[in-house]
Amino acid sequence: MSKYQVNDKGYYGPFGGAYIPEMLYPNIEELQNRYLQIMQEPSFKEEFEQLLTDYVGRPSPLYHAQRLSKKYNAKIFLKREDLNHTGAHKINNTIGQILLAERLGKKRIIAETGAGQHGVATATVCALKGLECVVYMGEIDIQRQAPNVARMKMMGATVVAAQSGSKTLKDATNEALRDWINNPVDTHYIIGSVVGPHPYPDLVARFQSIISEETKIQLLKKTGKSTPDVVMACVGGGSNAAGMFYHFLDDEDVRLIAVEAAGHGIHSGESAATTALGKEGVLHGSRSILMQTTDGQVVEPYSISAGLDYPGIGPQHAWLFKSGRGEYVSATDDEAMQAGLELTKLEGIIPAIESSHALAYLKKMNFKGDETVVICLSGRGDKDLDNYMKYFNL
Amino acid sequence: MQINKNSNGLLSIYFTAGYPTLDSTIEIAKTLEQSGVDFLEIGFPYSDPVADGPTIQHSSEVALKNGMTLKLLFDQLKDLRKHVSIPVYLMGYFNPVLQFGVENFCKACKEVGVNGTILPDLPMYEYEDLYKTIFEENGISNIFLVTPQTSEERIRKIDNLTTNFIYLLSSNATTGKQLEVKNQSENYFNRIKEMDLANPFVIGFGISDKETFEKATAYANGAIVGTAFVKILAQENPLKHIPDFINNLKK
Repeated sequence: MSKYQVNDKGYYGPFGGAYIPEMLYPNIEELQNRYLQIMQEPSFKEEFEQLLTDYVGRPSPLYHAQRLSKKYNAKIFLKREDLNHTGAHKINNTIGQILLAERLGKKRIIAETGAGQHGVATATVCALKGLECVVYMGEIDIQRQAPNVARMKMMGATVVAAQSGSKTLKDATNEALRDWINNPVDTHYIIGSVVGPHPYPDLVARFQSIISEETKIQLLKKTGKSTPDVVMACVGGGSNAAGMFYHFLDDEDVRLIAVEAAGHGIHSGESAATTALGKEGVLHGSRSILMQTTDGQVVEPYSISAGLDYPGIGPQHAWLFKSGRGEYVSATDDEAMQAGLELTKLEGIIPAIESSHALAYLKKMNFKGDETVVICLSGRGDKDLDNYMKYFNL
Repeated sequence: MQINKNSNGLLSIYFTAGYPTLDSTIEIAKTLEQSGVDFLEIGFPYSDPVADGPTIQHSSEVALKNGMTLKLLFDQLKDLRKHVSIPVYLMGYFNPVLQFGVENFCKACKEVGVNGTILPDLPMYEYEDLYKTIFEENGISNIFLVTPQTSEERIRKIDNLTTNFIYLLSSNATTGKQLEVKNQSENYFNRIKEMDLANPFVIGFGISDKETFEKATAYANGAIVGTAFVKILAQENPLKHIPDFINNLKK
């Protein structure tokens, strides 16, 4: 077992675990005991692969972005998760978890969502399987992301406004956990990122690991070598990065670069750069790195990108950061917006603002010309057009 | 007073430190003891209280806005034992304790005369593996929760680890839901009773009035009222309402 993967106690180094109230214990214990066994069942694998192929549209292309490559003096490939059904990598996980929920005999699905991408991906698979779906979304995010709210409703999901705390993703997650406490028997909670109590970080990373699994095969075909020099991805909770890094973790000569959202700047007081600003702490069921006050109260993050606007990172990321295996850096709102526009102009691809953070860091890489680089283009920018329009006065 | 297996009809009250005002903690504790309450749970607030319903969430939010911190709470509790003689437990989420330092926290509890802690999101495995010795060295009892879904094997393990009492949740729920004693919960309470545990147990969550208090204490050594009491604190001149509220529960 890789030293970067979860151990049998649910930990990545000192991070992870299952810091949950007793009320959630039976659900978490059931998941811990059964997730690996269910994922290895031939019928599960077959259905998962078939849905990824026929419904999601996998494998997603690995695209050699020539003009971008020329600009940054490297051979840059984009892993096109933006071309998946529903427009982002989120669906890889929700497909996996809905099949898991079915096999656990659950009849009702709950989820949290920030920008609405994970909410839409969850509502989608619930429609596909005819299961009841309740999505918790911060009241403020509901106002900011009306089209995604409409999508979820069209697919039959109930969208519940989280009205506690700051009324954003963190609070939506709290509300989903409260729902699960009150409905422990018939409900499965589809967490959208590599956060939460063990086994969620591992479970979600495994479902997202298809990203790096395909990348290795595609790279071999295109370059004759299955490993690149550099892999880059954005990190909020960290699910696309976890999937993009997964099969490269033990290839120690591959640089893993995780780009967090610095908002208005790391020290501006309006930032979501968790590794720069956070300390070890416990939130939403796991021990990780967390933005918090000296008294241990969670600090509200800020980023222009709703998908990166989270005060923590998954425990595996905390471990990759602490162990030095990953390089955790950040890009500001402005850098990300410019990078998004640049990709649009150079390649005709409008990226999600989340993914634009990964692109923004290209400027600081100073490539020598012979490096192979893979960037996870985690989502498409359609949902962000309003933001792009306002920012660039389009 | 010690809570023991012969205890009968004990009433415990939960309230959030720093609510409704920053310095109300000791006054509320004193009034509760004078009104006949048998032991206390003082909550220290956290920004993300996932096991709590709207009432206690609100009290935590107000307490944090008022400026409550663990450090300040221990300052307020410095003379606790001059004013309050009944057992006192601190209840809250684990992250503020982790930042305070688990060892510092246990020492501070011991110093001010707190008897034990209830930390719902600190799991048994982590407690045993990382922190048990620190708690025991300082004589602080950590209280574990049991729910209707907790397996017998796990309850036995909790009973073994317990040095004070076991906190039985009336149902699988967040705080503030009404207790309904249906056949299902009667079976559950009886099941626990028949296990003949080494430690006493008290029932919490959903106890709001005389009726639910009596239902709970018919099975358990005591019961805990939280949300219903925090609602009393929301009224004007909260201290004035405390004796009547307690009387109505216990008489």
